[in-house]
This record gives sequence, C-alpha cells and structure tokens, in this order.
Amino acid sequence: MKLRLLLLAAASGFTFAAPVQSDELPACDNCASEMTVVSWGGAYQNSQVKAYSDPYAAMTGVKFIYDESSNEAVAKLRAMNEAGNVTWDLVDVEGPDAVRLCDEGLAMEINADEDLAAAPDGTPASKDFGESLISGCFIPQIVFSTTFGYRTDVAAWNGATPTSVCDVFDLEKFPGKRALEKRPKKNIEWALLCDGVSKAELYNVMETDEGIDRALAKLDTIKDDVIWWSAGADTPQLLADGEIVIGSTYNGRLFSVIEEQKQPVAMLWDYQVFDFDGWIIPAGLPEDRLNRVKHFLKFATDTQRLADQAKYISYGPARASSAPLVGKHEELGIDMAPHMPTDPANMGNILVNNIEWWANYADDVDAKFQAWLAK
Amino acid sequence: MSSTISDPASDGVVRAADGTPLKQRLNRALRREKLRSFLLILPLLAFIVLSFIMPIADMLFRSVENQIVEETIPLTVVALKEWDPASGEAPGEEVFAAFHADFVQAFKDKKHTRLGLRLNYDEPGMSGLFRKTGRPSTKMQPPYKEAFIKVDEDWGTVETWAVIKQASPAYTDGYFLNAVDAHRTAKGIEMVPENERIYLFLFGRTMFLSIVITMSCLLLGYPIAFLLASLPLRSSNMLMILVLLPFWTSLLVRTSAWKVLLQQQGVVNDFLVWIGLVNDADRLIMINNQFGTIVAMTHILLPFMILPLFSVMKTISPNYVRAAKSLGANDWTAFWKVYFPQSIPGIGAGAILVFILSIGYYITPELVGGTSGIFISNRIAYHISTSLNWGLAAALGTILLALVMLLFYVYDKIVGIDNVKLG
Repeated sequence: MKLRLLLLAAASGFTFAAPVQSDELPACDNCASEMTVVSWGGAYQNSQVKAYSDPYAAMTGVKFIYDESSNEAVAKLRAMNEAGNVTWDLVDVEGPDAVRLCDEGLAMEINADEDLAAAPDGTPASKDFGESLISGCFIPQIVFSTTFGYRTDVAAWNGATPTSVCDVFDLEKFPGKRALEKRPKKNIEWALLCDGVSKAELYNVMETDEGIDRALAKLDTIKDDVIWWSAGADTPQLLADGEIVIGSTYNGRLFSVIEEQKQPVAMLWDYQVFDFDGWIIPAGLPEDRLNRVKHFLKFATDTQRLADQAKYISYGPARASSAPLVGKHEELGIDMAPHMPTDPANMGNILVNNIEWWANYADDVDAKFQAWLAK
Repeated sequence: MSSTISDPASDGVVRAADGTPLKQRLNRALRREKLRSFLLILPLLAFIVLSFIMPIADMLFRSVENQIVEETIPLTVVALKEWDPASGEAPGEEVFAAFHADFVQAFKDKKHTRLGLRLNYDEPGMSGLFRKTGRPSTKMQPPYKEAFIKVDEDWGTVETWAVIKQASPAYTDGYFLNAVDAHRTAKGIEMVPENERIYLFLFGRTMFLSIVITMSCLLLGYPIAFLLASLPLRSSNMLMILVLLPFWTSLLVRTSAWKVLLQQQGVVNDFLVWIGLVNDADRLIMINNQFGTIVAMTHILLPFMILPLFSVMKTISPNYVRAAKSLGANDWTAFWKVYFPQSIPGIGAGAILVFILSIGYYITPELVGGTSGIFISNRIAYHISTSLNWGLAAALGTILLALVMLLFYVYDKIVGIDNVKLG
C-alpha cells in the first residue's frame, strides 16, 4: 500500500536533527485582522495554539478567536450556510467530515501546490502531503489512530499480555470488561478480521448483508462485557478507574494516560486504524477573511510547524518532510518518535479508515448496529 | 363638524375642553394605551416568533420537503415520467441525455454530490456513484447511456433509476415511513427487515422510561414537599436551599458524579463490598444501563416535581385536616381523604413538567445510558449532527411532538388541565 510506504519512509527519519528554518512571512494584502478558528478543544487544540497560532500572532498581531465545536462542525456549518452567515474562518475536522463537507459544497476547494508551502527541499505540497490529501477541500495536519490500551496489572490474566486485536474478543484468556465505541465503524472491521476474514477481502465482505451479520455475531460473543463509549475521553478514564481492562480510543488519549498520568496502562498497536485530521475553509468567505486564512494556512501547515505540533501531542505530522524534525515532548522531555502511530514498530498490522466505503454505507450499517445494540 | 361649535348641552354629547366628544377622546387614549402595551411586548413577541416558532416550523417542514431532486435534475425528472420501473429495463437514451445535461450543470454548481447524499438515504452507494461520476461527466459524448455505464455499471441498473424516480416528487412521506421502521419498495409500503427496526422500539422505551422516572420523582418528591410545607418557615427555607442546590450545579457535573458513585469500582460498590453485602468478584452493575439512566434523571428532575408540589401544599389550610381528625378520622384517613385530594393539582403540574422534560432528554441518557438506557432523542441528535439526515430527524421530532400533544390531551381529559397549578 502506497500510504504505508509513505508513512514508513516518514517514520524512519524521526531521529535526525531539526534544521533551522527562517520565520520570514510574506506580507498579507487586504487581510482581516481577526480569525475564528474551530477545533476540538482540550490538549489537541492547545497543541495547535502553541505550534501554529501563537507564533503567527506574535509575527502578525492577528487576533485569534477560538471555538471548540469541531464535534458538531458539519451540522453547524450547514446551518450557518443556510442562514447565509458563516462566522468561522477555519475549521478542524476529521477526514470523513471533510469529504462530507466538500460533497455538500460547504467547504472551499483548494489547490495544494498554490495554497500550501512546499517542503524545504522544494518538493511541492501535493507530493509532500501525498495520500493524506483525501479530498479536494482537505488540508491535512496529522495522522492519528484508533487503537487499544490495556491495564498491565490484571491479576486474572496470569501475566499474559494482549498482543493481537483478537485478544479483545478472547474472554477466556483475557477476562474483564472492554470498552468499544458506540459506532459500527472500526468495530465491524476488527470483528471480521478476528472472525477469519482477510484484510484484502474485508470491505467486499462488509458490502454484503451476511458480512455485517457475521461481524455482529462476532461482537455478540463479548457484548455482555462491553461498555460502549461515545466520547474519546471515556476509555482513558475507565482504564484509569479500573472499570475496564482493555478499550479502544485515540492514540493521543492513551499517550496522556500512560506517560502524563503514569497509569498502569500499555498500548496495543495491532490493527490500529489510521485517520487524518486537518483543516477546511468554509465556502463563501469574504475576500479579506479568505486572504487572512490562506496566509495563515501557508504558515501553519509548513514542514516545521507540523513537526512542532508533535512536541505537544503524540500525533504524527501529515507531511513526509515533517517527520525527520519531530523531536522531544516539550514538558516531559521524552522522545516522541516511538509514540507516533507511524513509528515502524507500531505499524505491524494497520488499517486505514475507508472513508469512501463508509460514506456510502454508514447509514445502513448504523441502523443495523443500533438495532443490534438495543436488543 | 358643525355640532362641535354648538352648545354641549344641546345634543347631549359630553365634550372635552377642545370640543371633541369625550367618548372619541377616550377611545383614542385607549387605543394609544393598547398600542403602547403592544409595543412593549413586541420585542419579546418578535423574539419568540423569530427564535422559537419559525425555526421549529422550518425544522418540522423538513420532514416532508424534498425539492432537492427536482431542483437539481429538472429535465431528468420530466423525462423519467415516461419510464416505468416495472418494465425491468433501464431507461432509454432520451432520459440519459436529459440526465447528462442536468448532471453537467449540477457538477458546475457543485450540487451533484449533494443530491448523491440525499439519494444515499434511500439506497446505499448512491453517494459514491454521484461523486465518482462528477468529473467524467463533463467529457462525455453521446450516446450518453453507454458513456454513463462506462463510468459505473450501476447507471445501467433498474434499481438506480427507480430510486431517482421515486425520490422525484417535491414532497415525500419517506422520512415519516423511515421514522416508523417502514420503507417504500416496488411492492408498496413495507416494514424494514427485523434486524434494522429501531425507532418504534425506542419510542416505546422513551415513553416507558419517562413514566418510570416521573413515578420515582413523585414517590421521592411528595414526602419532601410535604415536609417543606408543614415545617415552620425558618427551617423550611433552609431545606428549600438544599432542594435548589443541585439546581445550581452544572448538569454535566451531576451526571458525572453519578458515574463516580455507581460504577463498578465506584463509591457505592466499594461500600457494599466493605460491609460484606456484595462479593468483590461480582460487583453490581448500576451504570451504563437503564438503572443508571433512571437514577441520574430522577435526581436531575426531582426539583421540577418538588417545587410545584410545595407551592400547592403551601396553600392547603391545616384546618381541614384538623377538622377531619376532630370528626374522628385517623391520621391516614385524614391524609388520604382530605389532604391528598387537595394536593392533586400539584401532582398534576409536577408530573407533566417532569414527564415532558424527560421525554426529550438527551445528554444524561447519552452519558450514563449505555445501550439499554438511551432515548429516541439520542437518535434524533445523531441524525442532526452526525448522519446529517435532517429530514429523518425532523420526522422523528414531529412524531415525538405529536405524542406529547396527544398525551397532554389525554391528560386533560382524565385529570383536567384546570386542575394543574404551578403555584
């Protein structure tokens, strides 16, 4: 897979020292002096503020207004668009939402090579970002993954540690409660992989009704022992409280439980599911605001800035040229490379979120999944 | 006008100092008064109409609105009128030619993917089909039928076109059908397969849980309200603050507090294990299920029961109970025959308030409900913010609203709305 090669190539260079890049910004003509940036809040938005907005504000004096509505960004953008009053300038969304917004005509299409900075060695942006440019409207920032964390002090496991995603389905060897997301996406894939479906066949099987039934039957085997989460913060909390012994969530959340809060938890990277997160520009911005956003974006998504973000959070930069520049965590002082989902050691088995497939079938599968859950 | 100059006494009309009839002046003053009071409430009225009634009406209208198909591909809609899906063959070249013209225009306006998303509600896969066909459509040459099929074989199937034809009318009952687990097929209206039915079940559960929550609020709230109403003012005010205190605490904090209390490694379980009532290996599961939802929501909605009960009980004179007792009734009879009937208006108000609030509750069931404690409102929220199927969300909302109205009507018939007192 092309993406995998790109990620591997990116990851292999993690240890090189960072070259210094000059921070000269071109002038911005007819640009608004304020911008409203929407993101996810919490540690993630904080990493963006520190790596992108603060340096930019220091250089240009632009005033940033932060909003934490990314969770409902698609619905809110649609409502703003219908009301004819879009108040956001830049919105952080996950890949599938970006595709959706682009399809609805709510996000502006960009030209990667024109709107984004080239790599320091001159590689054009479209090539440097490569496969992460999943939609014509999407400006990628990070690679994150959904994966499992487990407690390292479970007495009932008799010293065994889970090494495969299928251990989640093994109640005999690894008894205890599990946490899974209250959505079909990813759970269906993991269930089928552990039911003997090969990775190559996965989405062909899922396209059939029997495939989904088969996945639900597999999930049935652990249903009584699952706590279903809907917020990314649930699993880390449940793990820390000892409510569950193993659970899925975003890798950055697990990083903070393990390294920042020092809980007895470890990562299970097997069949982590990769996703991209990035910016979209709402469609129909007035010219001065659009100029400002573009000016900011060129700065905020350049090679150095994306690498800087990884100082604050364990998500991998989305452009290949940033990877060698990733260094140590700003406060903990630990090497961030082994904590990146893109580290070769963590990439034994991976899946990449199949946005195209889920865009087509999400509603249908979700109806079945919810009906199954309710039973 | 001539009479204004004449002597007031001569025609019997009472006049003001300037000679106009007093009645006329009075009317004018009254009108001015009315206008002024109307102007005073105008901001509020405008606010309510603009921010409450219009958005709700607009949202409800979406449950039947379906103009997107007709607006995006008008020529195709006309051309498809001639075509009958029962023929078992895909439409001919003239439909494809019309569709091509429509589609290229829609692609230019960036509307083709939007239509694809709409049709995807009816048939999974349409969204991808439309997105895929976008760019190639501009380079197509006639015959268009072959050209479309070359992009994707699905364009040659009867099903694809049957979906488009079926979605063509400007108004649809499809969302309402979906909201009651039905859909329209070639054979007419049918229930969806057993393993996809969810909404009727959730409506039922929402009703059931709301009734249970209302009952438990009443059971817990009645004695407290009774105590508050019968204590002297000083101590009852103190207690009242305790009732109101949780009111002033954030909803999320209170819900999370229940998580900490009720989870398996939580305070309640720890205590039960400590006193030896529960074995450490099988701690009670009290959260992320119906029980958790009922407990947390009863706690949150309890003040809405206590306050109306209290304000009604305050007005019940203790003399009645005393009179009953002096006539030989024991404590229970005096309460049940004399006091309780007088408190019914408070029960009515509290029950309506709690029931209607809980039927539309969303955030607490989402956080503590697990899978067995979620409400229909959680599905509405999902369709509003995640699947973006606002038509279906509107249909579900309309049904919920109609259900509440119906219950309100039944309630009026049984209890009588005049019997409801909020204070």
